[in-house]
Parts: sequence; C-alpha cells; structure tokens
Amino acid sequence: MKTLNEIFAEALMIDIGRVTDDLTYNSIPEWDSVAHMALIAELEGVYDIMLDTDDIIAMSTPAIARDILTKHGVAL
Amino acid sequence: MALPSDVSAPVAAPVALVTGAARGIGLATARALAASGHVVWMSGRSAETLAAAAADIPGARPLVFDVADPAAVRGAFAEIHKTSKRLDVLVNNAGVMRGAPIEMASAELIDATLATNLTGVLLCCQYATRLMARSGGGSIINVTSIIGRVGVAGQSAYAASKAGVIGATLALAKELAGRQIRVNAVAPGIIETDLIAGLPPEKRAATLAAVAMGRIGAAEDVAPLIAFLASDGARYITGQVIGVDGGLVM
Repeated sequence: MKTLNEIFAEALMIDIGRVTDDLTYNSIPEWDSVAHMALIAELEGVYDIMLDTDDIIAMSTPAIARDILTKHGVAL
Repeated sequence: MALPSDVSAPVAAPVALVTGAARGIGLATARALAASGHVVWMSGRSAETLAAAAADIPGARPLVFDVADPAAVRGAFAEIHKTSKRLDVLVNNAGVMRGAPIEMASAELIDATLATNLTGVLLCCQYATRLMARSGGGSIINVTSIIGRVGVAGQSAYAASKAGVIGATLALAKELAGRQIRVNAVAPGIIETDLIAGLPPEKRAATLAAVAMGRIGAAEDVAPLIAFLASDGARYITGQVIGVDGGLVM
C-alpha cells in the first residue's frame, strides 16, 4: 500500500521530498482546492473510508491528515 | 469465439439515490430508475412508509434519514459507500411546503423549509459529488418547482428555497462539469401530490385554469424526464432547468 507521503505527492503532483508534515494547504500553487479534492478522493479510495466534510476542511497539513485518518481507524 | 475483455467484463448496475422517495414524484422516479436498471436507494423519514413504498420495486434499498440533518446525511452516504461503493445518480426530491402570509411566516417555518428544501439539497450534492467523482462522473437532478421561477402568494419561504435550488443547480453544473458530473433541475408545475392535497377547491380550480393543457399533472409525468436526465442519453446536458408544467409557464 502507498504511504501517506506518496499519496500526497501523487495527488498534488509534486516530488515526494517536498511532502513534509508542515506542508500547508494553499501554501504552494500545486495544493489548491482542485488538488485538495483529488487528494481526498485518493485517500478515501486507498483507505476505503468516507471523510466528513469537517475533516476535509481541516485537513490542511500531512500531520493533520495523519490524525484525521487515525480517527477514522486507518492504521498508518 | 471469445469476447474482447472489455465486453465480457461484468458491468455493475448504476446506483441511484432518490430522496423523498416514499410517495409522489420521488416514488415514481424510483420506479422509473429501477425499470431502467438502476439499483435505487430510496430515502425518507418514515421507515414504515418507506418500506411500503419500496416493497414492489425490485432491488430497492430503503434508507431512512432526514436530509435536513447534516449528521444523518453523512451517515446515509457512508452507508451507500459501504454497501454500493459507488453512486451514479442523485435525485434531490425531498421537500416540504408550508404556506403562510409573510407576516405570519415564523422563523421556525422559514428555517425548516430552507433546511429541507435547500440545505438538504446542497448537503446531498456535496457527498454525492465525492462518490461520483471516484467512478468518473454522474448525474444530479434537483427537483425544484415552478414556484421557484415565478413565485406564488403565501409561499415566500418555499419559493425562496426552490429559487435557491435553481441557483445551486447552475453553480454546481459549472463547478462539476470538468469532473463529468452533470447537474440539472426539473421544475414541476401543478402535480397531484401530497404537497397540493390541501389546496381549497376554489384555489385548485383557479390554478387549473392557468394550465394550458387543462389538467393537473401526475408524478408519472415528471419521472420520465428525471430518468432521461439520469441516463446516458442526456450525457451532454447540464445546467438546465426544465419545466414540466403542462404549459403553465410559457
């Protein structure tokens, strides 16, 4: 299974080296609202979950994404 | 002779959700979609009424929830995701209609009307979009009303909610077209449903007089259009509001 950082890199179409825990939504051109929804779709598909709207809005860094996925029972 | 793999591969039945499916236009739509091969999730607020409505529809799946309750909407779509893994068609039909002169329209009446007729539509669109995008697209059909286009005295909250649905339809059609999700609305005129059952006879007669085709419509007059908009035949149609009103507005 892909790692969380790999999912971020693929969804945002950036080098995996740029995916750090404090990478923030809208802080780079590649992570805009369209890419964010692609990221959400990828996360939901890979982990077979359905995120809450509040989670989608809150998921502004990889670190927060990890917390949210854990809350949904995903073992990372 | 072996078939090409893309032909022999099993094709999953399209999955639809119809809200407010226990009666009227929603029930007729559920029947039409089931007849065209959809697995149909039928939603409503009463388990008993919904079960009775779904009983004679092959493969129908009752789903009890209130579209005005955000947590319930989330739970309903989670259930669809868990069970069907996809959603191809959403018909936002659930609605309430409570008339009152503007001076007597309570805040509760206004809030309840907007919560079901408008917020509920947006919430369902929100979750449906995510499921549809995963499988490459889908079709959303919002049931608005002729009242949302031309208004009617004593129905300001209802008219506002239905006009809002038209605005949401147009905005979402633009927003979601790139993801191959089509969004259209149908605007029924005077249809024989529970919503108009309480009309006084004189008001009913006056309303009927304005219908060019000279009869009140039936839910079965509306459902085929919704089924068409859900179908591949409508694959290049989005952002449209189509009246089904027997010539009430021309």
